[in-house]
Amino acid sequence: MNFISVQNVFFSYSNPEDAQPVKNAVNGVSLEIKKGEFVALLGHNGCGKSTIAKHLNAMLLPDSGKVYVDGDDTSDAEKTYDIRKKVGLVLQNPDNQLVASIVEEDVAFGPENLGIAPDKIRERVDNALKAVDMYDYRKHAPYKLSGGQKQRIAIAGILAMQPECIVLDEPTAMLDPNGRDEVLSTLLKLNKDKNITVVLITHYMDEAVLADRVVVMDDGKILTHGTPDEVFSQVELLKKHRLDVPQSTELAYRLKGCGVKIDKMPLNTSDCVKLLEEVLN
Amino acid sequence: MVRDVAFGQYFPGNSLIHRLDPRAKIIMLVAFLVIIFCTFNYFSLLLVTLFTVFYLAFSGISPKFYFKSLKVIFVIVIITSVLNLFYGTGDPLWQWGIFKLTVDGINRAIFVTIRIICLILSSSCLTFTTSPTELTDAIERLMKPLNKIHFPVHEIAMMMSLALRFVPTLLEETDKIMQAQKARGADMESGNILKRVKSLIPILIPLFVSAFRRAYEIATAMECRCYRGGSGRTRMKVLHMSKCDVFSFAALGIMICGVILCNIFIPAVI
Repeated sequence: MNFISVQNVFFSYSNPEDAQPVKNAVNGVSLEIKKGEFVALLGHNGCGKSTIAKHLNAMLLPDSGKVYVDGDDTSDAEKTYDIRKKVGLVLQNPDNQLVASIVEEDVAFGPENLGIAPDKIRERVDNALKAVDMYDYRKHAPYKLSGGQKQRIAIAGILAMQPECIVLDEPTAMLDPNGRDEVLSTLLKLNKDKNITVVLITHYMDEAVLADRVVVMDDGKILTHGTPDEVFSQVELLKKHRLDVPQSTELAYRLKGCGVKIDKMPLNTSDCVKLLEEVLN
Repeated sequence: MVRDVAFGQYFPGNSLIHRLDPRAKIIMLVAFLVIIFCTFNYFSLLLVTLFTVFYLAFSGISPKFYFKSLKVIFVIVIITSVLNLFYGTGDPLWQWGIFKLTVDGINRAIFVTIRIICLILSSSCLTFTTSPTELTDAIERLMKPLNKIHFPVHEIAMMMSLALRFVPTLLEETDKIMQAQKARGADMESGNILKRVKSLIPILIPLFVSAFRRAYEIATAMECRCYRGGSGRTRMKVLHMSKCDVFSFAALGIMICGVILCNIFIPAVI
């Protein structure tokens, strides 16, 4: 079985006492995530991607269907903490995730909850802070840091628990372009160097392009998935669901519409430049 | 504007007092506050005052800040000492209507003034040299025995440290809301007190709503990080008493003995 296996999950936020049933937030999603993968989950606001994120570490339990993390069923209450130890969740607003008034104490919060010996916690905190390149700020107060720095501290807080997978729910939504770059390069580094599975939930196409695999959700269902190449070559499908494609892909798509012969859709600027050079020659 | 409010007034440093164990500092402060009110003659009062000055000198913090902390309670000191001045018993030195000045009254006024000043100075010395996190940490550990009677020690300490963590965040937010309301034409600077208090409502309501939303998100984030209350939790920073703590406890002990001896052998003035 894969590291994370989501099997035909349905979920709605409805209250059983309410007479009117609420529309399902997740409508039969099945998803497999392998160890060491970098998966991007794309979709509009309200398409159920955050709900899926909370299913991955047992914050929410499916109404029907199953979620398995490393072979453990998330609905098994005895496994909840093991699952949360393996799958760390980083939320959107960095301000509301930091619980201590000193950076290093905040990073220590997770390992402290796991009941690890003090000297081992110190080691983990130092390593986590070095991994996100924030070691020099360990004695600072979080409120004095920039958004990107705060989000990196939040990632360090999860890293210190030594998870096998990090799920990030729109971690860059509240950040400026610099902060976004900081967070993304940190994630790529963690994925490559430490072989940590990353599930990045986003609505920025440029971020999704960096992933090994892209899963597009719409209306509580998976619309399409595959490598970024595969997904973004389906421009019509994405357009039909009012989703954007990366700027370079958009340009190539329009050129194609004008009769220019293009075999492979470019996903980033350098590919696009190469393509244009070929076309112009 | 709001962000200028200094909270807790902690001055980072590396003085002898800074390095003391926060638990030792709290215990010593409590003992000291008790002994301040057990001074009954001028010798013991002098001893307590000298000890306060001695303690402050070691904190390495500019006297300027101590004077500032006294300024706040200046009015209270004046009122209590004047009240005490006319409250004494015995033969009046001077009388005008119901106001009579006695030797006893003068003594009482001097004692009360010096006691309050020592009290404020020694407590500010604690907050000046101890970070809020250290303080809550120390309080949690000191109150640990209360767990036996099912007093939620860990929960209270957690609430305190979260509250301290969110003071700057909420201040920033208040600032933003004020600006947003001003941009919509809210007037907060004119009118009488009643009108000004009323104009705070459009600031407080959004602040409360967002604070609740925040609280919900923080709870989620804490659960994501395996938080499940105080049981089975360890701490990164372990507090331990050092030589400095032993010395300062010894100094305090000698001072307390001195005060007790003075009280026994020298007649009380009040």
